[in-house]
Amino acid sequence: MSDAVKSYTGPLSQHARDVIDHWVAKFPEGQQRSAIIAALREVQHDNQGFLTPELMDAVAEYLDLPPIQVYEVATFYSMFETRPVGRHHVSVCTNISCMLCGSDDIVAHVEKKLGIKTGESTADGRIFLKQEEECLAACNGAPMMMVDHVYYENLTPQKVDEILDNLE
Amino acid sequence: MSNDDQLEIEVNGVTLPARKGQMLIEATDAAGIYIPRFCYHEKLSIAANCRMCLVEVEKAPKPLPACATPVMDGMKVFTASARAISAQKATMEFLLINHPLDCPICDQGGECELQDLAMGYGRGVSRYSERKRVVRDKNLGPLISTDMTRCIHCTRCVRFGQEIAGIQELGTTGRGEHTQIGTYVEKSVDHEMSGNIIDLCPVGALNNKPYRFSARAWEMTQHASVAAHDCVGSNMFAHVYNGIAKRIVPQPNEAINETWLSDRDRFSFEGIYAADRLQSPRIRIDGEWRDCGWDEALSAVAEGLKGIAADHGPEQISGLISPSATSEEHFLFARLLRGLGSVNIDHRIRRVDFHGQEADPVAPGLGMTLADLEAQQALLVVGSDLRQEVPIAAHRVRKAAVAGADVFFVNPGNYEYLFPVAGYLDTTSSSIIDELAGLVRAAFARTETRPDANLAEVLAAAEVRPEHEAAVAKLIAAERATVLLGLIAGRHPGYSRIRMLAAALAAATGAQVGSLTEGANSGGAAMAGTLPHRICGGAAAETTGLNAAEIIAAPTRGMVLMGIEPELDCANAEGLLERLADTLFCVVVTPFATPAMETYASVLLPVGTFAETAGSYLNAAGEQQEFSGFATPVGAARPGWKILRVLGNLCAVDGFDYVSAAEVTQALAAVCEDSEPSIENTGQLAPAVAGFDEGGLRVPIYAVDAVVRRARSLQLTKWGESVPDISKPADAA
Repeated sequence: MSDAVKSYTGPLSQHARDVIDHWVAKFPEGQQRSAIIAALREVQHDNQGFLTPELMDAVAEYLDLPPIQVYEVATFYSMFETRPVGRHHVSVCTNISCMLCGSDDIVAHVEKKLGIKTGESTADGRIFLKQEEECLAACNGAPMMMVDHVYYENLTPQKVDEILDNLE
Repeated sequence: MSNDDQLEIEVNGVTLPARKGQMLIEATDAAGIYIPRFCYHEKLSIAANCRMCLVEVEKAPKPLPACATPVMDGMKVFTASARAISAQKATMEFLLINHPLDCPICDQGGECELQDLAMGYGRGVSRYSERKRVVRDKNLGPLISTDMTRCIHCTRCVRFGQEIAGIQELGTTGRGEHTQIGTYVEKSVDHEMSGNIIDLCPVGALNNKPYRFSARAWEMTQHASVAAHDCVGSNMFAHVYNGIAKRIVPQPNEAINETWLSDRDRFSFEGIYAADRLQSPRIRIDGEWRDCGWDEALSAVAEGLKGIAADHGPEQISGLISPSATSEEHFLFARLLRGLGSVNIDHRIRRVDFHGQEADPVAPGLGMTLADLEAQQALLVVGSDLRQEVPIAAHRVRKAAVAGADVFFVNPGNYEYLFPVAGYLDTTSSSIIDELAGLVRAAFARTETRPDANLAEVLAAAEVRPEHEAAVAKLIAAERATVLLGLIAGRHPGYSRIRMLAAALAAATGAQVGSLTEGANSGGAAMAGTLPHRICGGAAAETTGLNAAEIIAAPTRGMVLMGIEPELDCANAEGLLERLADTLFCVVVTPFATPAMETYASVLLPVGTFAETAGSYLNAAGEQQEFSGFATPVGAARPGWKILRVLGNLCAVDGFDYVSAAEVTQALAAVCEDSEPSIENTGQLAPAVAGFDEGGLRVPIYAVDAVVRRARSLQLTKWGESVPDISKPADAA
């Protein structure tokens, strides 16, 4: 692979390719399909939190897989976004424990505050409110939400305002 | 199979034999016990995602999917117990939740696995009152129509791409309620066997696009036939409505096409109904073309040919016939021309090197069955764009490669193969002959063989590279190895050298030699005697006539052309139309009338295509396959053997008293019975050729014959666009 790395001219960053190589090496030869998730995660990070068909094609080419196999993974997992979205990913848990503790009110508050519905991004591209998040395993702190991979628990509308206002 | 592998299971109280490792559904299928299924297919991997085949197994806590449950000795299975039926009915209810109730406008209606099983297992009234989901249709190109709302996500089409085609074009995107089958990005499905997913789809989601809304399954009659565009002769069924062919589907034949059909064989029939079909015989009198009756046309032909023979001598008559014509047509064609005294007969119209043609096999071909081809452990493919030439053979080679065989290619370019290739011996800077010579030299060095004089000359300049040695080592090591000559090799100006080298390589490495052949019936043509140097049955002719290349280079005063468009079907056809126009009398027996034909022909006789005539083909595996016509002939077209029979009678040639194609077949078989293949190296070689574009010998997949060139849907595919515009039907624009 070293020659390929030197001469690589595609859209994947050197860092992303290093991470992909690292993951490919963990699987038996010919099983590079298993590295798709790790590859997409890194590439999505590099691209402000979403994937484009060009980037998915680049991952497929880099891993020597049919592009459709990469599309399958990218569309299956909710943590991959396949259309342009805001910089900060906000997901409010609405599963059973959070719901019992008032997550519906939290969602309503966030929607009102940002002027968007779940699944949408703010016009300034600052915040993306994810469609729906299943249980994030933090029921002891319900209601909770995840902002850019960080958990915030025992939410109140005031607390939500504070968190969201601090996002750049 | 040892006895240890055998075990017994009990299904519905009946004891059945089974083999260790088999899935339950395989054992029940073999015994004729039906278990409903959607996702299971014998040629595909097991997905077990439709859950329709749930059966009750004793001691199992829940119903188990028969397709993914291995047999165990003494297991007791109930396929129709209350528990099994209730599981199947529950599955059916879920499958039907989102399936639209649009059977009346669905092409699959009447031949739909879902519809059939809904009859058996569905509820009369749905309990589901919510909205059904709707899925946007995909554009998969000109061959496959989509109605994705009907999809039940069995993933047969996805697995076909992965496992059979070797290129995954379709996938399952999204999840849960949002799962879709598609390409994600707008993309046509381009594989040369992609049409098979139409048959695989158990519902109406993937359907035959050209056939869309044009007939109902129960209105059509089904006729068995044989595909006419490559040398394997895939078995197929034609579905015919009021005498008009509506679609072609594969007829399973494990020995040949298994359950598949190439797109070329499936969709080519559209060409039969091209706008330029010749509707009636046409004759040119004083430079003016007019339609005429059969009597007038045939008498004119007989008079014309007899006139040439009388005035200029019979050696001034030549005949060229398509290698895809039936054996019966070849037999009568050869008999007619020989009866007129001509010996200039050939069907090898794309071949240019005839040196040592006396050593050609009596019936050229693979020299093995397709199953043998699949069982090879090492293959050296010489001069073949395999997938484009013979898709079904390519599939067999792919299966061999996937099973671990080492497949090497010596080709003008690295064509795409979609399977693991052990090595490409690239000829972009050399030639097929140089590479082969390198291989032979490597093999001789390894086996300490000394070349004879002929070989020594060719080998003298050969350079041995490590790739050659690697390939030779594999060929020697493999118990079953084959050197397979493709169509590019057969069209090569140095074919005689290629053949000699291939034979030498095979002898030194212990491999077999096989050839892919032009058209559907090169084997049958050679047996029937449309050759300048052999008569029917393969015996040498008294006088060797002009071969195809000589005829094309300098047409004789009288010409008989059958089933070909010479400017597109012959090698070195540059200027051929002008040369043909200079002949005195040229009769063209053709399904189509082109403006070019009107410039050189004297009489045009409309002949039936493979769809409209009875006959037989001898495939490359040596299998003789008879078929009868399935479509009503277009216009006044007549089967070729009948036209030739009447011409034979009118020309007063003996041996034309046949009343059916079957009688011709019998006569042909009788002559061919004691023929023995004779293969010897004559040592006659073509002069060395250099600096020549071998890639130019490739004929695009959808340009191989006149019918395919007019098949509109095929021409609209990715591969069709590489075909010259001249061959597209007028309405395709």
